Amino acid sequence: MKNKYDILIIGGGPAGAIAAKTAAEKGLSVCLVEKRPAIGAPVRCAEGIGKEALHEFIDPDPCWISAEMTGASIVAPDGFLMKLESQLAGNKVGYILDRKIFDRELVWMAAEAGADIAVKTRASAPIRENGCVKGARLESCGTVTDVTAEVVIAADGVESKFSRWCGIDTTVPVREIMSSVQYVLADIEIDPHSTVFYLGNEVAPEGYLWVFPKGERTANVGIGISGKKSGRDHRAKDYLDRFVKKTFPHGKPIEYIAGGVSVCRPLDCTVADGLIIAGDAARVVDPLTGGGIYNGMFTGRLAAQVAADCIAKGNVSKKSLMVYDRTWREAKMGKSIERNYHIKEYMIKLPDTKLNEIIHSVSKINLTEFTTLSLIKEIIRVNPKLMLELGALAASIR
Amino acid sequence: MLKVHRDICGYCGCCVSVCPEGALELIDAYLCIEKTCTSCGICAKVCPLGALEVVDEK
Repeated sequence: MKNKYDILIIGGGPAGAIAAKTAAEKGLSVCLVEKRPAIGAPVRCAEGIGKEALHEFIDPDPCWISAEMTGASIVAPDGFLMKLESQLAGNKVGYILDRKIFDRELVWMAAEAGADIAVKTRASAPIRENGCVKGARLESCGTVTDVTAEVVIAADGVESKFSRWCGIDTTVPVREIMSSVQYVLADIEIDPHSTVFYLGNEVAPEGYLWVFPKGERTANVGIGISGKKSGRDHRAKDYLDRFVKKTFPHGKPIEYIAGGVSVCRPLDCTVADGLIIAGDAARVVDPLTGGGIYNGMFTGRLAAQVAADCIAKGNVSKKSLMVYDRTWREAKMGKSIERNYHIKEYMIKLPDTKLNEIIHSVSKINLTEFTTLSLIKEIIRVNPKLMLELGALAASIR
Repeated sequence: MLKVHRDICGYCGCCVSVCPEGALELIDAYLCIEKTCTSCGICAKVCPLGALEVVDEK
């Protein structure tokens, strides 16, 4: 590791890795630091991603695809199952990744593109000059090094601290953190090519429970509930254990992880002088699905592109870096976050009876486009009354 | 005072994201509590595993 780089990236998840790869390919000197001793572990993710979304960044490789999905199901609070299928028969609609290998692959690509990589190395403080971020103090195995950079990209995840140290409030409201737990359950009866989402206030208050296949008889079985609904004896783990006991009593857990997923609006501003914030750290997780891999990669790539342009122009001020903030908000990704935020706010207020009614209205849907938006459009088509209830929001869904 | 039950903690960082004081930090598999902690208990509420507890100082 050198003491000076064009770009220093904090965090070795998908956002940081794609940022490092993009910047290195542009010929910039880049260093990516990851506080954990291994890239990709421990996993903090249900590992699902849409087919198109993944293809935008990388061609699928069996090495890190755990399973291919051809459909999905939604289970209503009363147990009724709604099936979602792709209109094109046999069409893959998404993947369940093996994040331990996937994340390594992305960082590997960054390394091969020329980026320096350091693991078990954490940023413990920003280096600032006249309020402008100029690098970070890095701690690794007992040694402290100051590394300066033209631009720092903070891609330090849900537990992000770097941007907070730079004066940006990143606190997630209690009601908008999904308190989450997941088992990788082996030896269970599942449809190996379909994801299943369980809804309802008894199952997962203001969140959902998921079964994402990882193989013929193995799945990520997890849950996210609103932090507001969490407390002693009714935590995410309590809900999940109850479900597993009932649904997969003979399942064998081979992995047990916890996590937090933000479903709030993104940070008010995702740049500062010399600093760009990307991925979960910028709170750009899809508030409806909790999906963050694509949005992380999207903002990571954009962060590197904008940083490179601004470095070339010799101006890394907040004003100059604002191109990043404006671009992702105006992109399909930003618009989709805003729309899905409103849908989420509507959904979490629905009583179970209403949820049952909506899900019962359509027992099987063939989607031409396998997205949450086309699902919602279809539900509204069958339940025209919803249009009125959605009010102003309806316009954005049409 | 905030206490971490390290045998329960899954070092996931959920608590760090909701701390209004920025008093928690996840250093690899180790959750650190800084002096700015006000024992407000928000982190203890949201913890998916129940690893955090506000206990009487005495």
